[in-house]
Amino acid sequence: MADVAARNPAALSAQPRSGLHKLMQRKSTIAFLMALPLILLIAILVAYPAGYAVYLATLNKGMTRFVGFGNFEFLFGRDTFWLVVYQSCLFAITAVIFKAIIGFVVAHFVHNIPSKGQRKWRGMLLVPWVIPPAMSTLAWLWLFDPSYSALNWLLAIFGIEGIPWTGEAGWARFSVILVNVWIGSPFFMIMYLAALKSVPDQLYEAASIDGATWWQRIWYVTLPMMRNIIAITALFSLIVTFANFDIVRVLTAGGPLNSTHIFGTWAFRVGIEGGDIPLGAAVSLFMVPILAVAATFILRDITKRGSEV
Amino acid sequence: MISRKVGRRRFVAGTAVASAAFVAAPFVRGANAAGKLSVGFWDHWVPGANKATEALVKEWGEKNKVEVSMDFITSQGNKLLLTTAAESQAKSGHDVLAFSTWLPARYSEQLVPMNDVMEPLIKENGAVNGTVEYLGKLNGKWLAVPATSGSQIKGPCSRIDLLKKHAGIDIQAMYPVGGAPKADAWNLDNFLKAAEACQKGGNPFGIGLGTTSDSVDTAGALFHAFGAQLVNAKGDIVVKNDQVRQVLDYYKKLMQFLPADVPSWDDASNNKFLVSGQGSLIMNPPSAWAVAKRDAPQVAEQLWTHGFPVGPKGRYAPFLPYFWGIWNFSKNQAAAKSLITFLSQPSSAEKMTNASQGYDLPSFEKLTTFKVWAEESPPKGTLYHYPNPHNHQTLSIAAAPAPHKIAEQIYTQAIQTQMVVRYAKGEAMDKTLDWAAKELEGFTRN
Repeated sequence: MADVAARNPAALSAQPRSGLHKLMQRKSTIAFLMALPLILLIAILVAYPAGYAVYLATLNKGMTRFVGFGNFEFLFGRDTFWLVVYQSCLFAITAVIFKAIIGFVVAHFVHNIPSKGQRKWRGMLLVPWVIPPAMSTLAWLWLFDPSYSALNWLLAIFGIEGIPWTGEAGWARFSVILVNVWIGSPFFMIMYLAALKSVPDQLYEAASIDGATWWQRIWYVTLPMMRNIIAITALFSLIVTFANFDIVRVLTAGGPLNSTHIFGTWAFRVGIEGGDIPLGAAVSLFMVPILAVAATFILRDITKRGSEV
Repeated sequence: MISRKVGRRRFVAGTAVASAAFVAAPFVRGANAAGKLSVGFWDHWVPGANKATEALVKEWGEKNKVEVSMDFITSQGNKLLLTTAAESQAKSGHDVLAFSTWLPARYSEQLVPMNDVMEPLIKENGAVNGTVEYLGKLNGKWLAVPATSGSQIKGPCSRIDLLKKHAGIDIQAMYPVGGAPKADAWNLDNFLKAAEACQKGGNPFGIGLGTTSDSVDTAGALFHAFGAQLVNAKGDIVVKNDQVRQVLDYYKKLMQFLPADVPSWDDASNNKFLVSGQGSLIMNPPSAWAVAKRDAPQVAEQLWTHGFPVGPKGRYAPFLPYFWGIWNFSKNQAAAKSLITFLSQPSSAEKMTNASQGYDLPSFEKLTTFKVWAEESPPKGTLYHYPNPHNHQTLSIAAAPAPHKIAEQIYTQAIQTQMVVRYAKGEAMDKTLDWAAKELEGFTRN
């Protein structure tokens, strides 16, 4: 009876217990009850909206009749939809790669700072991540402003012609990815820093005795020890970046010529602004299979490594 | 939100003494409490403009013993749009809500018919313009009542000195205070010449070509001026026509004289461009002028709001009305209609317009000559022609006369400005038209 909480044996023998009482004494029941508020919260705020989105996606434009997969079929025939798929993948994958690289490099720098001054640096480097993205993106919007760009002003000092940061498709894509990387890199940095701190020093000492260079220490010691955290961080960031809305919405609103729309912003444009809620729901649901595939591969790899250990 | 159901019968039964003030009101006020009413108004840009609405509603509530709660909901970040969508889905919320341009048609099934309010108002205050009728009336049913607060014309707002200096145009003589426009020469050819001259003089016109409302509205008016329709009133896709080709060619020429970054402009960009002193003309209601008055008075005293240039098919200006509508789940529809009637009276409309420094426009024909437009300054009379007092231009909206559900998509997805930018950036005309036709085809689905 490992699942039964410790009780007074004397009291147990004194009176018979009802089935409900026994149930309430189980650790698993207590755990369930304690988790129940969270489960309810998730059911209300996540499961219900998700289920409702699926329901909406199966309705016609006027929301008067069931059309099954009609909205999805319609989307497959739209050029703009495929443009959005391409841009969402480009945005999320590029941003996650750069966030991971920058986070990894900066985490190493911070790790090598003497512990006395490390807290200050950690705090400062986290600033982009802790500011609400809508606010920091507004600041970037001013830097990129079509007419009064502070960045272009700086370029002009060096005689370089102004860049249409949000006015040309290529530059607009670069700008939204840049801002996403700026906001998201500290998250990678802090996760990698935590992972770095958990790598036993003895491994590095042993590697040094064996004559390993710094690169070999990273490749054969650090990276293998960090693999799981790198995979989980990348997966988490991929999900969040795919589902991004605020950066693109504030910075370019999907323009110019729809060249920066991602799933979230286009779903909003079509569903809320354009009044076609079922189609908007169908667009937003397209993230699910893409992320499910990514999650399956990444989590399977982690599980495999876990069982190897 | 509403705790008690108060039907029309009960509402009327609970009242005793007639109110002479509200002739058209569908109920009679009494000493007894007549229920509750919840209203969601658009939160005005102009500081202090909400106060007039607030005072009017309080006055009405006290006279009629109705407990009114008011929310001023900003359209920033689409808050009002999201509120409307949420209330529509939940079938719960405010009794009366402010609906922007396309929303009465979008929610037509859920709105209470307002013919009994609109017909007396039209009789008293004159007809409404064709755009209000197109947006607010469906199959003979008035879906909502055009609101004074928030309704606007997005006409040209020009720099008097810069137009004179660079293009030799005396815009005040063309649009004199107190008189009809003398603007026969203000046509699209001369507009193009003026744009070129101002650009060469270092103060280009600031006409956005982004995907937000200001850009779309201007493009819509110019498309109308050429008679260029994308989808006709029957819902047929007619984008591949000569008028569309002409307007795209015209815009291509115009774009050479606009700042290079106009494809990425939003609704704030043109205002900033004018207030900074760089621009010589933008298309905007008087909010840019009001900001200049506060932040750059030397710019404000050179601004003049006037009419659009005339094109081959006429002179069109974008008109964007707000509407007050009543949800069919409202439990106090009689009181809601009475309140809307009261807010639509000439005296109420004038108070709102005054509080907004002339920004707000009543949609009724007889309400375009309030003193505020002739007297606002600097310079005195700068807004005289803003409400189109001489019916000098046809008030329009982009994508009309297409059926609402198609037109709304054309508007929100900025198909017209996207066509302009694609073509102006070197895409072949046929390719641009093919792209547009395919997009439009998608909008016609049911």
